Amino acid sequence: MTHHRLSFNQHLILAFVSVSVPLGDASLSRGMRSLPPISPAHPLSLIGAVFTPWIAAGIALLIGYFASYLTALSWADLTYVMPATALGNVFVALLAHYWLRENISWMRWMGIAMVTIGVAFVAHGPANTTLPVNTVAPLEPQELDAKEPGR
Amino acid sequence: MTLAGELLQASFWKAAAMMATIVITSSTGEVLTAAAMKSMGDLDDIRARSGLVGAIKAVVTSPLFMGGIFFMAVAFFSLLFALNHMNLSLVGPAAASLTLVTNTVAAKFFLHEKVDQRRWTAAALVCVGVYFLAH
Repeated sequence: MTHHRLSFNQHLILAFVSVSVPLGDASLSRGMRSLPPISPAHPLSLIGAVFTPWIAAGIALLIGYFASYLTALSWADLTYVMPATALGNVFVALLAHYWLRENISWMRWMGIAMVTIGVAFVAHGPANTTLPVNTVAPLEPQELDAKEPGR
Repeated sequence: MTLAGELLQASFWKAAAMMATIVITSSTGEVLTAAAMKSMGDLDDIRARSGLVGAIKAVVTSPLFMGGIFFMAVAFFSLLFALNHMNLSLVGPAAASLTLVTNTVAAKFFLHEKVDQRRWTAAALVCVGVYFLAH
């Protein structure tokens, strides 16, 4: 099925795709900065990092993101879903300003405006411009009977 | 932190190599995954027809999907490695901006998406916007 306009649930999935990435990345960063520097000569020590709480929380958020992202890619183009991911940076900046009372420079306000306008540009177009392989509707039982009378 | 500040922590070429690894592996993974999901159609329809197990089976048995997962895993560990040497405020937006551009080009040529003027403009706006957000 080709979806040109998305349902409410599909918009919710795209919203989760947006917010889960910055939250997950922030958790990963918090976890990795608390570890001693990892040398390229010992890459296996990265495996141990996966089991620390912040990294584990970041991975959990990113798994949720990935499930939503895959679902979104099954009914929308990659070039439609990608800007939704970028919108997460805007959410984080707005939360920092209005909730944490952090100052936002004029450059960041410009960034917020540009990402928002970019997402709005894509959102007003069709979600899917290609046709998936199995878009042919399955045959109804009466159609199957007509094709295979002895069935 | 500014780029000059980052250079105090990691040499320019080392930082560029880390960023290039993240961007190339991430783009390859995302395009392979998108190709897999496009080829199987709407997951909600598959779940309605074959249940959740059927939908999961359809996804994980796709060779394109498994290829995408491999490259995304490489991109993830490259990101972890980069975060250990550089700040998230540089790595996150830079990787996001550059991946957006490479993904848009790859989507046009490999996924045959109709990347019209509207989507090119959006990609450029989001790319520059993400860069500005990091400063």
